[in-house]
Amino acid sequence: MKPQTTPVTGKPADSTTKDGPLLKVEDIRLYFRATNGVVRAVEDVSFQLRSGRSLAVIGESGCGKTSLARAILRLLPRNVDTYTGRVFLNGTDVMQFSDERFRRDVRWVKISMVSQAAMNSLNPVLKVGLQVAEPLLLDHRASKQEAMARAEEVFRIVGVPPAFLDRYAFELSGGMRQRAIIAMALVANPVLVILDEPTSALDVLTQANIMNALKRIRKELGLSFIFITHDIATSSDLADEVICMYAGQLVEQSNAEVFYREALHPYSRKLMASVPTLRVEKKPEFITGEPPSLLNPPQGCRFAARCPQRFERCQEEPPLFIRKDAAVKCWLYE
Amino acid sequence: MLLSVKELRTWFELKRWGFLRAGFVKAVDGMTFQVKLGEAVTVVGESGSGKTTLLRTILGLAQPVSGEIVFDGRKMDGQNREDLAWLRSNVGFVQQDPYGALAPFMTVRRILNEPLIINKVDESEQEQRIRGVLEEVRLIPVEDFLPKFPHMLSGGQQQRLVIARAMILRPKLIVADEPVSMLDASVRVEVLELIGRIQKAHNLSVIYITHDLSSVRYFSERVFIVYAAKMVEKTDVREVVRKPLHPYTQALLNAIPDPEPENATRFRDIPPGEPPSLINPPTGCRFHPRCPHIIKGLCDVDEPPEFEPTPGHFVECWLYK
Repeated sequence: MKPQTTPVTGKPADSTTKDGPLLKVEDIRLYFRATNGVVRAVEDVSFQLRSGRSLAVIGESGCGKTSLARAILRLLPRNVDTYTGRVFLNGTDVMQFSDERFRRDVRWVKISMVSQAAMNSLNPVLKVGLQVAEPLLLDHRASKQEAMARAEEVFRIVGVPPAFLDRYAFELSGGMRQRAIIAMALVANPVLVILDEPTSALDVLTQANIMNALKRIRKELGLSFIFITHDIATSSDLADEVICMYAGQLVEQSNAEVFYREALHPYSRKLMASVPTLRVEKKPEFITGEPPSLLNPPQGCRFAARCPQRFERCQEEPPLFIRKDAAVKCWLYE
Repeated sequence: MLLSVKELRTWFELKRWGFLRAGFVKAVDGMTFQVKLGEAVTVVGESGSGKTTLLRTILGLAQPVSGEIVFDGRKMDGQNREDLAWLRSNVGFVQQDPYGALAPFMTVRRILNEPLIINKVDESEQEQRIRGVLEEVRLIPVEDFLPKFPHMLSGGQQQRLVIARAMILRPKLIVADEPVSMLDASVRVEVLELIGRIQKAHNLSVIYITHDLSSVRYFSERVFIVYAAKMVEKTDVREVVRKPLHPYTQALLNAIPDPEPENATRFRDIPPGEPPSLINPPTGCRFHPRCPHIIKGLCDVDEPPEFEPTPGHFVECWLYK
């Protein structure tokens, strides 16, 4: 097949949507087939992200955070049941792209990802530098020299000495390996990087060092991040905006200032109250009960069964109510 | 004093080549501390700092090369089988990964029955004990849970079952190795509160092992900070947050964020580098290569002894000489 030459985001689209959102996700739905039914991992999630902003996605395990990231990047397993919705990148609906075009023009080139525990997935028999440069070598995006030069550049950006390009993964410490993985995500100069629990396998000090590095990278390169984490305290390190997910749905999207000071959705509030703080004397609380099964989620609001503020209205499913600096999926904000 | 550990050293020998000795991994290298009856303490350290080896040594799962462990007035040498059996029936162990710690082919009843059989608890008493602990950890109604297998339980319930198993022999001490790190934020506190309640109700001692100081600070009284196989600071939980003395402790506290919107623009003051190798640790203070307050010619030469700048607050750092 003759390769198409149109770039992902053509120049006109770029210039006309300068003030538009970098990423606009509309009604993303991702269901998986399982032996005992259909798992509704992500259900009708919509949000926008402006260029240069950073978005934290928080929620407990199994709430659909990682599935959302995979849906955006179209990194899907084989047992997908339903996969619908629209993803606009700089105004272009990339969901319309063929798999081949998406792979060549969007994934890793425009949107890249640092997966959970990716530091353990480096190839043990290849030098780290080559692995970092690899995305550039695919599809002949660059010559080997250019690619290695770029790898050296991104190594410097993430704070790894360039000498490490010639080492193997086992010669690097955990923190250095994670930095190399971040370098790999940056190598093709993407506009958006999805970080899925980038530091959860690391030590406290190493984690703080990597978060510092990510903040610096963001400032220097003007990148946008989607930062997925279950660690609410760490999420504030890289958040202009926060999305809180519960049982496959987006329950709140707020400005960081609003979210961390006074979250709106009852679930977000309870979640915030369960975070232990070091400097403020505040005994953490817990949420009774468990999240519903995604095989057969309850009618109406999914948090209703555990919600202290539930009332009759909660039997119906609430829409997303838009307020200043926030969007909340709760009848209290009608 | 329920548990007293003095100058404990647990080293693991590296693979030998013929007659040559390749060296040792000094996982625990001279730790001294005490735990009173009814007291909860926290051991904080990074992975590879030796905190899990410390715990394994206390449980008799690893052999110390030197040092002394006295539990409930009895000196443990880790050799005597009778002593070990007695120790293990008096110490409950709560593992980090609840699913990995529970045999997948055993029902809840069987899991809880196993320690009772091994320790020859009277058969007539077994059923009553099993029900007792399940009620205590709130896995109720008990009838529903007894025939279940671990995979049928949620993460929080599995961890509560692990706690029930640790409790069933009525131990005097519970050691919990990162008891909540595998759990979600909303259930962490529930599990910690449960251990806290059991501790109060039975006047137990608890040793928490963790890397996350903020989650356990409300559930323990004293804290021991471990860095590279050494216990660098020992003090009250409130004191360590208010006035950390050791530069490592200060860095550790700096590294732990509270959820605040300002964090997005704030850089943390963290010393660069990684913890040293435990095969060839640096001379002098082990933190000196990363320490911002290093005193040249002292910190990198002599190992700091323990100082007590304020009563009850111990620190191994030359700044407080």
